[in-house]
Amino acid sequence: MNCPECDAKIKIPDDASVGEIISCPDCGSDFEIASKNGSVCELKHAEKVGEDWGE
Amino acid sequence: MPKVCIVFDRVRVEEKMLEEKAIELGHDTKMIDAKITQISTESKKNNFDFGDVVIERCVSYFRGLHFTACLEFLDVPVVNKFEVANNCGNKMLTSLLLKKHNVPTPKTYFAFSSEAALEILDKEGYPLVIKPIIGSWGRGVMPLKDRDTADAIVEVRELSDGPLDRIYYLQEMVKRPPRDIRAIAVGGNVIAAMYRTSRGFKTNIALGAEPISCEITKELEDLCIKASQAVGGGILGIDIMEDEKHGLVVHEINNTVEFKGLAKVAKRNIPKEMIEYAVTSAIR
Repeated sequence: MNCPECDAKIKIPDDASVGEIISCPDCGSDFEIASKNGSVCELKHAEKVGEDWGE
Repeated sequence: MPKVCIVFDRVRVEEKMLEEKAIELGHDTKMIDAKITQISTESKKNNFDFGDVVIERCVSYFRGLHFTACLEFLDVPVVNKFEVANNCGNKMLTSLLLKKHNVPTPKTYFAFSSEAALEILDKEGYPLVIKPIIGSWGRGVMPLKDRDTADAIVEVRELSDGPLDRIYYLQEMVKRPPRDIRAIAVGGNVIAAMYRTSRGFKTNIALGAEPISCEITKELEDLCIKASQAVGGGILGIDIMEDEKHGLVVHEINNTVEFKGLAKVAKRNIPKEMIEYAVTSAIR
């Protein structure tokens, strides 16, 4: 599918799951897989790293 | 077979490993995104499908903590418990509990204003390490080597003026080899440990530290069991330093432990141990 930001081609691995983060190889934007139906994925902008993120 | 639910807000390698292992062990397994889940005071357990036990794995500490509170309100068994998440997510609470339970831990000073923090530094001498009481991956952990550095850090905190910036956590700089130890305790059993070596001051795997297998000695095991009990047990990542003067000291305990680095060098299967513990604890 194409990057919602720069329209470059983004390859989503077959085993990628909802909630995983995909980066555009061209513009570097991060997207979260919001839904997946077979090979059709819906992407949304990934959350930025928060101050309380971590283990 | 009990149904296992993994609550996430971002699927990392660890969440995928847990999901795969739960399925492999024969559990009906469900992944739930905390970001799109809505709960109210009127909610009932049977309004949701949280399965028989939830493993809370949010990368955002506050999101995970508050989601856990909601799960406990619904009487859904969850690992880790709210109390444990609260104890481990706040470094000040962790330090107090470790000391209270006679677990060796670095000497740590607490102050509740910038003036009092600077007074401690002037009285105890430099260097001390300043840490945010909530935060991970080594962010905001800095050695304060002199008064000029301390003044600069205090000024930055006063400008940012977050509610937790007024709580100062100052820890002795432990003389140690350029590494620390990360151990994983699951239900009070120490299942894996590694050295995290680094050329810099911080030894977080997230910052590029190298994982090297570490033998679980009796001393290390006993220390981790005591540390785990001090914060309430569960699935924990325990960080230990090798103090030249005092031996092993626990300096941090992590509630939503990341283990992809340790999984590379561990002899036991970490996700398997975690799933089995969660299921067993839910049945009890």
